[in-house]
Amino acid sequence: MKAIGTAAVTAQVVLVVAGAPLLAGTMRQVRARMEGRAGPGVVQPWRDLRKLLRKEAITPIGTGPAFRVAPLLLVATTAVVAALVPLASTVTPVSGSADLILVVALLALGTVALALAGLDTGTAFGGMGASREMTVAALVEPTILLAVFALSIPTGSTNLSAIVSGGIHDPVRLASPAGLLATAALAVAVLAETGRLPVDNPSTHLELTMVHEAMVLEYAGPDLALVELGAQMRLAVLLGLLASLSAPWGIATTASPAALALALVLLTAKVALLGSALAAAEVFWAKLRLFRVPELLAGSFLLALLAVTASYFLTGE
Amino acid sequence: MPRTVTDIGPDELPERAADLLVDGHRLALVAAHHDGPSAPGGPAVRVVYLFASGPPDTRTELHVRLDPKAPELPTLAHLSFPAGRFEREMRDLHGIVPLDHPLPHRLVRHFHWPRGWYPMHPDAGPPPPFAEQEGPYPFLEVEGEGVYEIPVGPVHAGLIEPGHFRFSVVGETIIKLKARLWFVHKGIEKLMEGRTPDRGLPLAERVSGDTAVGHALAYCLAVEEATGTRVPEDARRARALLLELERLHNHVADLGALCNDVGHGILNARAQHVREQLLRLNQEVTGHRLLRGAVVPGGAALCSVPGTARMRVLGREIGDLVTLALGHTTVRDRFTGTARLDVAAARDLGCLGYVARASGLSADARTRHPFHDYGPALTVPVHTTGDVLARFLVRAEEIDSSLALVEELNERLITGRWVANLAPGRPGATAAGTGIVEGWRGTITTRVELRGRDHTLTRVKTADPSFFNWPALPVALADTIVPDFPLTNKSFNLSYAGNDL
Repeated sequence: MKAIGTAAVTAQVVLVVAGAPLLAGTMRQVRARMEGRAGPGVVQPWRDLRKLLRKEAITPIGTGPAFRVAPLLLVATTAVVAALVPLASTVTPVSGSADLILVVALLALGTVALALAGLDTGTAFGGMGASREMTVAALVEPTILLAVFALSIPTGSTNLSAIVSGGIHDPVRLASPAGLLATAALAVAVLAETGRLPVDNPSTHLELTMVHEAMVLEYAGPDLALVELGAQMRLAVLLGLLASLSAPWGIATTASPAALALALVLLTAKVALLGSALAAAEVFWAKLRLFRVPELLAGSFLLALLAVTASYFLTGE
Repeated sequence: MPRTVTDIGPDELPERAADLLVDGHRLALVAAHHDGPSAPGGPAVRVVYLFASGPPDTRTELHVRLDPKAPELPTLAHLSFPAGRFEREMRDLHGIVPLDHPLPHRLVRHFHWPRGWYPMHPDAGPPPPFAEQEGPYPFLEVEGEGVYEIPVGPVHAGLIEPGHFRFSVVGETIIKLKARLWFVHKGIEKLMEGRTPDRGLPLAERVSGDTAVGHALAYCLAVEEATGTRVPEDARRARALLLELERLHNHVADLGALCNDVGHGILNARAQHVREQLLRLNQEVTGHRLLRGAVVPGGAALCSVPGTARMRVLGREIGDLVTLALGHTTVRDRFTGTARLDVAAARDLGCLGYVARASGLSADARTRHPFHDYGPALTVPVHTTGDVLARFLVRAEEIDSSLALVEELNERLITGRWVANLAPGRPGATAAGTGIVEGWRGTITTRVELRGRDHTLTRVKTADPSFFNWPALPVALADTIVPDFPLTNKSFNLSYAGNDL
């Protein structure tokens, strides 16, 4: 029983770490094919990481601990989130700690660490990127909190495992107005949090338009590898969380090895499908003007707020 | 094309120039010449001001002779902004001092050129090793609450030419932008000296790599005027075709790049697909993807003629592309109202090409200084809003106009090579000529002087439209936000190489 739970946590973290670059590779490949290009293949991000990890570590003159710690902190917080969130199983030794507020705080910690690192470099781009990232984060974090909060009202708990198992046992909840609104709000927030179109363009080379990339311009070698891996892991975890909350079927609610194995396969499939859908949608989107981004995020916040309201009234409590 | 030449003294210059400018002429080019003892007027520094207007095509030159020991000129900067820039260029390259210039800073001068060394001076010799830089050259600091600076370049993240941009920013809004270019001085004007017209052609084609036909044609027209060569009618028609083919492939690439800069990559992929087809067509028509070698002094050559059906298919694809881009709400929102250049600023700065036409000026050398009778097929699209959308639309409409011209020219074009031989010149005699051409980026002006039997080039001066348009970029960007700079820059798409010869 305990062993299966531990195995589930381990499997979640390993799957996220190993699969995140493949997810990024799949998304790039989908985009390339839709644009009529051959594309570099699904494992290209792993090749890039291998190349970067072999390079010599270089830090710019004048940077302090904030710059050096940030990549590690980013990867570590995301790995902890990957362990906590019920991606494959709701019965794990840590499921009691899988609190929604803790998860959002951990994600925010990673964002803030990178922003501080951007400021630490003292370059105009670091500062500019950090300022933009914080503007976006300040609008995104409340939306994520509120959206998941709306989902937590029927369960009466902010524990993610409880919310997800509630969804499995009572699927009507997911299709309720509150559930759908919350899922929509969460989806927009995930786009912004992971720096995808239409908020940020992950494939741009134009340094002045960058948000996330501007912040990490000074990183090189193994540090850059960690930053890239961290960003890819965040995308994988957030898409996984979105899948767990909106389509929780298949997630193991009992401690059986077969259920866990099925859950892991389904998780991979769901995240790959979501990622591919996102990549396909991105082909048809363009990047919003920076000053329109708050409007988009305010809209998603409003959806989350409506979800909470609807959840409150429709459950009649 | 009538070209009147008037020799005047330096004191008369401001008055004569003012008269011409009031009369509707624009300053097309200023070129300095170091005349030796064998020159007709004896040793002197001779500055030529070329004014042009049209239609009818009128070119007026004012020649001012200066003391070669201490060349000094009254400035025209208060009459014409481009004149002030040409004067700074002359001071940096020739050592001619514009008196009372309102902005007496260096322009072309490279940071590390030795003090007192002027590359275009006859005694300059080979380029000396880089020496101590000539004093500090600080940027103007914008002071105030919350103002910070963003330095960008000269080396950029993408594969683009070098230029340093210094933004003074509050929040995300640009208060002031200073562009410092001039990192690519190649000495093309100096390299031209002493060449025969045929050997000068490859250099002219490479002034700006994307404008091979435009620069080659301006150069050839100037050489032909100087040598009194009449170009066959077929060659003129072929040249008109080549000029439009160049406009097509560059404008299509720009439409795609503008979409790419707002993150809409799929339209860029499609545009580059169309561009590739156009480049392959260029290869078939001229034997070179960028159309080099087709325009030669005295004529032109075509290996094949683009088929009308094929051009129509490409035209439809480009039309679809424009419709898709303008139908996308986010793309349209990003383009609309971004980086406006109003008509007064465009006129004062002397803007040319699609930048001017997007701001309401209808300047086009194909109507003002035609080398070929285009007939009614030529339309010059003009928009008045001066924003990125207007520059996008002007390009899209110019593509339509170019396709119509190509179709019309196709009817009477055949494959062949039509070149009139340049008549040998009189030994020791000098001659001059000017060429004005509407390249895809705008009006290109080239002036040549040659001497002797084999028409040895003694001086070639080229003014690329980028030289006139660069100062408009910071003006358009005032009060624009920093993340919109790359989009604006692409909508201007100015040449660094053509600007800094």
